[in-house]
Amino acid sequence: MSVQWDVVVIGGGHNGLVCAAYLARAGRKVLVLERRSVLGGAAVSEEVFPGFTFSVASYVISLFRPRIIRELELAKHGYHVIPMDCAFQPLHDDHGLARWGDPNRTRLEISRYSHHDAENYPKFKHTMTRLGRIAAQVIDRPAPTGFRPQDLHTLIDLFRTVRGVEKHELQQLIRLLTLSAVDFLDPWFESEILKAPLAASGIIGTFQGVRSPGTAYVLLHHYMGEIDGAFRSWGFARGGTGSVSTACARAAEAHGAVIRTNCEVDKVLVSNNRATGIVLTNGDSVTARRIVSNLDPRRTLMELVGEPHLPETVVDSLGRFKYRGSSGKVNLALDGLPDFACRPGVGDHLYGDIAIAPDVDYLERAFDEAKYGSFSSRPFINAVIPSLTDPTVAPPGKHVMSCFVQYAPYELAEGPEAWESQREAFGNTVLDTLEEFAPGLRNHIEHMQVLTPLDLERDFGLTEGNIFHGELSLNQLLFQRPAWGLAGYRTPIRNLWMCGSGTHPGGGVMGASGELAAKALLRKKI
Amino acid sequence: MDWTRWAGHYAPRSYQLQHENEYYSIRTAAGLIDISPLFKVRITGPDSLALLNRIFVRDLSRLKEGRVAYVVWCDAEGFVLGDGTVLREGPDTYFFTSEDPTAAWLNRHASGLNVVITDETETLAGLALQGPSSAKILIHAGAESIRELKYFGATYTSVNGIELWISRSGYTGDLGYEMWPPADRALDIWDTLMEAGSGFALRATGLKALDVCRIEAGLLNKGVDFHNASRVLIREQKSMPYDLGLGWMVHLDREPFVGQSALRKLQQPEWNMVGLEIDWSQTRDLYESRGLPPMLPAEAWSLSAPLYRDHARQCQVGYATSGTWSPVLKKYIALATIKKTYSSETVQIELTVEHSRHSVDARIVSPRFYDPPHKRAPVE
Repeated sequence: MSVQWDVVVIGGGHNGLVCAAYLARAGRKVLVLERRSVLGGAAVSEEVFPGFTFSVASYVISLFRPRIIRELELAKHGYHVIPMDCAFQPLHDDHGLARWGDPNRTRLEISRYSHHDAENYPKFKHTMTRLGRIAAQVIDRPAPTGFRPQDLHTLIDLFRTVRGVEKHELQQLIRLLTLSAVDFLDPWFESEILKAPLAASGIIGTFQGVRSPGTAYVLLHHYMGEIDGAFRSWGFARGGTGSVSTACARAAEAHGAVIRTNCEVDKVLVSNNRATGIVLTNGDSVTARRIVSNLDPRRTLMELVGEPHLPETVVDSLGRFKYRGSSGKVNLALDGLPDFACRPGVGDHLYGDIAIAPDVDYLERAFDEAKYGSFSSRPFINAVIPSLTDPTVAPPGKHVMSCFVQYAPYELAEGPEAWESQREAFGNTVLDTLEEFAPGLRNHIEHMQVLTPLDLERDFGLTEGNIFHGELSLNQLLFQRPAWGLAGYRTPIRNLWMCGSGTHPGGGVMGASGELAAKALLRKKI
Repeated sequence: MDWTRWAGHYAPRSYQLQHENEYYSIRTAAGLIDISPLFKVRITGPDSLALLNRIFVRDLSRLKEGRVAYVVWCDAEGFVLGDGTVLREGPDTYFFTSEDPTAAWLNRHASGLNVVITDETETLAGLALQGPSSAKILIHAGAESIRELKYFGATYTSVNGIELWISRSGYTGDLGYEMWPPADRALDIWDTLMEAGSGFALRATGLKALDVCRIEAGLLNKGVDFHNASRVLIREQKSMPYDLGLGWMVHLDREPFVGQSALRKLQQPEWNMVGLEIDWSQTRDLYESRGLPPMLPAEAWSLSAPLYRDHARQCQVGYATSGTWSPVLKKYIALATIKKTYSSETVQIELTVEHSRHSVDARIVSPRFYDPPHKRAPVE
């Protein structure tokens, strides 16, 4: 390994690959090192059981930045995302609630529960779309790193973004940044049923309840998505989420980047407060002018660099950065489709996302148990069946069902290691919960994969199992992501940069951190 | 559902409110499209090849049995009257489908020839099964012999006990098959395919989705991208095969055919059929300047949009005839006719943003925007 690399990217997650592609596109010699045998990090597809390809961790796409798709020509490299048309909420009644792309169909559905809400829902969506657009402008540019003179232009940009906002929208924006998801939704809607799946967007990946302040922001985070100009639209990647990462990898390779799998980085070599290269666990070393880490901030700095090289303030703030993973994943290989008692048979309602969130109290109760260190006995579940749309992920007539499950706190009362003995019970709880709405589901299961937060940490390097590389709470965003003084993709170690979801703008399969990190690096004329 | 009229029949434009899911079915899995309103003629008899070679600009003596050819035919002045496909079913049997009726035109040129021309438009239906899963679905439905078909090959086989021709062809630029069951058994075939396709994410698909796909594939639509020369009023509305990028199929050095002498005289096309990629960042900026997100056309459009050499829109160099946002390519694309003499790589296309007219760059590219390898690859 005697090649002189301009940049070595540690970790072949989607952000690392996007970063590598941008750097290679600018003519830099780039090497990507991935610990696992497959690329994508948490945005990965794996044929876990013969014939069944799971989007093992991240399972839907929406936030991926359109600009990156265009600039890296990802469509040419296999980026193919199929939008979902429906959000279905099974209930213990005769119909459940489905929200469709067709607003009139949605209005009829909601009016079964509240005429007031049916009328208000389009207004709510309109407001969220407007606010989502504003927020999207924030995530598409670097955050200010503080209030220093060099941050002036980013601060002005930020100011310009909110300047065009109307007064009542600014009010809504402030409410979103400060309130709980439920408090934010209360003035809009009266139905606890409708509020539940909406509020559930606010807790995803956080260790908070729908009534905890700050969760309204996460709700907005889920409204920034865009597919072909349609905001708040989610979709499946053909071949599973990993195909988005693969497209990024092909783009990087097309520009000359070299990607190696099965290469685990052990240490970043630091001398004189400068990073000079890396050492692999097999003892090989690679030198490079710059090192970019796709790993989360704690792993990058505390594990690869090591505390002795870091200023005490940084060690402190890294310690304060909250991960607190709160979710798990259950992936099912099925020989038939779930049959929901409230809406029997196979229908369009199965093609989108299916939320087990019957009402607001159900969600809050699920959090109550997690607070005291156990997984929810009746968790919030967000399920999708991508094989209905994409036949490449399952054998003919069979299906994959991906279930995101919350709450599954990393810190069980008995400690995280207790997950080993609770994995099976956790999987059973998820099935019991699903069977309350879709009786007989168990009879269709051919295989089952249960991922606890501990598994997410071990398999994907997600510290404490947090899917966003750190919670998306207001105190951990913008110039505070990952910490005051650590924003801007740089680290206290010269030539060591970060490009993962632990940096601005944060988690989700967006690619923005990778892109913005690469662009920041290129401005430094490497 | 959204209906339209097609050759006197009702035809679904989309089965749902939007055609998006149907489009993605074609590009991701498979879509089943009712193409029965196409006109269908069977030509048999020892002189059937002679007749077709009198009509088409393409020499069909090279067309082997069990093969399909895309054809156009012209009037005596060499202007295109229509396009369609010909399937050679047997030594002296050809099956010809097109958008316009052709039986009378064929009869008119059949004098002295030993042929039988049968209009099968009412007796046969047409179904197109298109998309990457289409081969698997047909095999699952029992049409094992389609496994051997090459692109533009055809086989006589049976599905659910119904004998019919299936060709590996279509109007989507994807892997796909077209079949011509007897009209009274078409519903059975439809049900059989939908059943066989249920494990492969097959969806019934309407014409709106088909239109997006055909533009992505750079396939022309008669009446939109060019016109039947016998139905227009002025010279400028007519096209020669050369103007449509179809010069490759004009075989001049052979026995006489309709339009031959005119085509021989004028082999230099006046126009070029091209693809356009409409500049996204300029489009976005125009919308952003009005505080709007970029508005993408919700479905494919087909109208004449003038193309200019310059931003001031003084000098027109051609016109775009159909366009669409391509969801898989993530590009705003159009098919256009441009003066042969125009050599620059970009043109200006007009864009109306919030009631005011602007122009943006459009890059001239090959019209075959979407051409996946699985379209031609052997079926696994």
